[in-house]
Amino acid sequence: MPSVETTKKIICIHCGESCPNRSIAIGDDYFCCNGCKFVYELLNENNLGSYYKIEDKPGIKVSDKIYDNHFAYLDNEKIIGKLLDFSDASVSKVTLVVPQIHCSSCIWLLENLQKLHEAIISSRVQFLKKEVSITFTHDKLSLRKLIELLASIGYEPQISLDDYEVKTTSKKGSSLIVRIAVAGFCFANIMLFSFPEYLSSDGSLSEDFVDFFGYLNLLLSIPVLFFSATVYFKSAYFGLKQKIINMDVPISLGIAMLYMRSLYEVTTSNGAGYFDSFTGLVFFLLIGKLFQQRTYDSLSFDKDYKSYFPISIIQLKDKIEKIVPITDLLQGDIILVRNNELIPADARLLSSHASIDYSFVTGESEPIEKSYNDKIYAGGKQVGGIVELEVLKNVSQSYITQLWNDANFTETNKKSLTNLATRFSKHFTLAVISIAMFASFIWLLIDPSKAIFVGTSVLIIACPCALALSTPITLGAAQRILGRNKLFFKESDTVEKLASITHIVFDKTGTLTKTKASNISYIGKELTSEQTSYVRSLVHHSTHPLSVKLYDHLQSEKVFAIEQFDEIAGKGICGIIEKSEIKVGSASFCNAEIEIDKSKILESRVHVSIGGSYFGYYKISAQYRENLAQLASVLDEDYTISILSGDNESELATLREIFPEAEAFRFHQSPQDKLVYVRELQDKGEKVLMFGDGLNDAGALKQADIGIAVTEKMSAFSPASDGILAGEKFAEISKYLDFSNRAISIILVSFIISILYNIVGLGFAVMGLLSPLFAAVLMPISSLTVVGFAIIATNMTARKLRI
Amino acid sequence: MSALFILIGISLFISLSFLIAFLWANKKGQFDDTYTPAVRMLFDDIKDENKKNNNR
Repeated sequence: MPSVETTKKIICIHCGESCPNRSIAIGDDYFCCNGCKFVYELLNENNLGSYYKIEDKPGIKVSDKIYDNHFAYLDNEKIIGKLLDFSDASVSKVTLVVPQIHCSSCIWLLENLQKLHEAIISSRVQFLKKEVSITFTHDKLSLRKLIELLASIGYEPQISLDDYEVKTTSKKGSSLIVRIAVAGFCFANIMLFSFPEYLSSDGSLSEDFVDFFGYLNLLLSIPVLFFSATVYFKSAYFGLKQKIINMDVPISLGIAMLYMRSLYEVTTSNGAGYFDSFTGLVFFLLIGKLFQQRTYDSLSFDKDYKSYFPISIIQLKDKIEKIVPITDLLQGDIILVRNNELIPADARLLSSHASIDYSFVTGESEPIEKSYNDKIYAGGKQVGGIVELEVLKNVSQSYITQLWNDANFTETNKKSLTNLATRFSKHFTLAVISIAMFASFIWLLIDPSKAIFVGTSVLIIACPCALALSTPITLGAAQRILGRNKLFFKESDTVEKLASITHIVFDKTGTLTKTKASNISYIGKELTSEQTSYVRSLVHHSTHPLSVKLYDHLQSEKVFAIEQFDEIAGKGICGIIEKSEIKVGSASFCNAEIEIDKSKILESRVHVSIGGSYFGYYKISAQYRENLAQLASVLDEDYTISILSGDNESELATLREIFPEAEAFRFHQSPQDKLVYVRELQDKGEKVLMFGDGLNDAGALKQADIGIAVTEKMSAFSPASDGILAGEKFAEISKYLDFSNRAISIILVSFIISILYNIVGLGFAVMGLLSPLFAAVLMPISSLTVVGFAIIATNMTARKLRI
Repeated sequence: MSALFILIGISLFISLSFLIAFLWANKKGQFDDTYTPAVRMLFDDIKDENKKNNNR
């Protein structure tokens, strides 16, 4: 008996999604599916009911389509060994990335896992990194069982080929913090011990004390010179080795001179030295560096194909299924790929039919149908049943992965080092050195005993602390503001590079178009609202991307129960509602009368037949992002635009309308083609900004001067890039480019301010009037002015631009 | 005035111990996760509440 229910929205108590009907319930609590109900029961049985009290509807909808042996690869000793952090005779520890972690309830549940299974000893969550570390006794609970337990409550860990490779636990940020801590400690103490000297300018301080404090300061400054300041010496050295005078050269020169002069003064009892200025300088400079190193814990900018390729695959050898790590796959091996599993290497289809979802690669979410003997490129996901494939190429030699063999990916530091500050520091350093020599020479004529004093004074006072701070502070502030606007840069230097861009390259699918939303219209015999509800009820049972889109698009109040539901891979879905058969799917499946030439269809069509007669079809085409034309007209003024697409020319007319001034539209572009196109532009002297979204853009993103990955969901996969932009902010990029240009002007103004301070200081130095106290006061004042100006001006500019 | 030498020695010693304490904490990963502990500390109440409910 088909049941018809007029439903108010019933919300699943576990995951917060709307329930199709009231059939799944415990008391007054309703669930959208049995998976959610199972988790609810499991948690309540184990006294974990607080999960639902901390946050409202915290659960994750459990997909019931996980195969029994989905995690079978976790029985492989070799793989277990790679995944575990630590293991001894009885206890093991594993750290897993769980992207589903999203609220306090998640933390609470995952940290109380020991209530679910006695073998779990403890578990700790790192919320920002979305990681959970679990310690367990592996005799009672295997790794596979542990991960199956997590998956059963909705927290399926993400395990990829990356985990199989060597684990790198590099901590770059912490060593800078340690340097700052040491410099700050020494700076503060030296300041304290320098006060007596400042306060007794008339020389009333006894000789003993002057010596004592002098040597104490000398002692305290040693760790600053040999530990904290080494970053500057190293950077200056490498710069000079490459014949580049970077900002660290005058800094190193200044602090080295400061130190030597102080050393001389203290050891010969000629004065108190400039140890306070020296340590303060290093301390402030390092803080500037820290400000520049804004990192986003939850984002990863270095993902490559390894981050989402599976660890293992089922290999069929002599009709026996065997799980092997994918790195061991050889040409000619036969592999089995199940529903929603990824094809790890270029392969030939041995089964009669497969439907491959390439959304990770191209951004196109609709599966592509393949039949026997077709070549299937790596990176696609099989949707539907199990398929058998013959491997044609090794994993690392496949169509997508070979991009990473490009010279581009092995070269380090290929991007130019010459930024504004570096260009400036070249002239600056030369000017300072010549002033120092000239002043010494003049003093040699007036008073030879003071010549060295004046020369070193010039080098000390000219040490470009404020100058060196202005760039990182401005860029760091700009990076933070852009981060608040959902454009996340890996490094703050990217803001500066953004200002020099001349050419913008867009990928079409997934970048200019939305991945999720689409334009849906119905063409054919009109459907009654009852019939529309039939279609909606039917597509609700399918996970095919087109079904999901159609379900979201159609509006209906009623939900019908379906009998004899069936999904035929590559064709469509059918079922019986109120005694009439509903078919939704391809033209032939629904007996469409019209024969259609497939090659002329530009959009996806979903046909509908009810009760055996054909009605019509839903036209589903990709939807472009909002305000694109407006964005294009603004960008056209200052930049050249190109558009690359892996698809056919079907969208050319639309694109031409949106981007009337674009220099090139290129279709049928392979990942390699995109990379080569960007390289050609660069050879012509263009500075290229590339927007892309899928793995197929990874090469071009890397090659471009700046590569920005556009993504709908921040936690979702995005290819390696310099920045990540939230899809909803795409229309704002012209503002962001404008903002970066203004940030450069701010840096220039702060350069001028610090130069003015330098001129004042140099005036005193040249006249031979520089005292330690004067240096110790001028240096922080100039730095603070520049830092204050940079931060205020950057934020005001942002407000003016309304970003 | 020699008392001053001793006092300076003591003050240096104290500040040095703070520096070492910070370096130790940094090395032990005390600053690695700045979010979760803040949430975790609120969970103690929930556990107690649960026990009460069970006893009833």
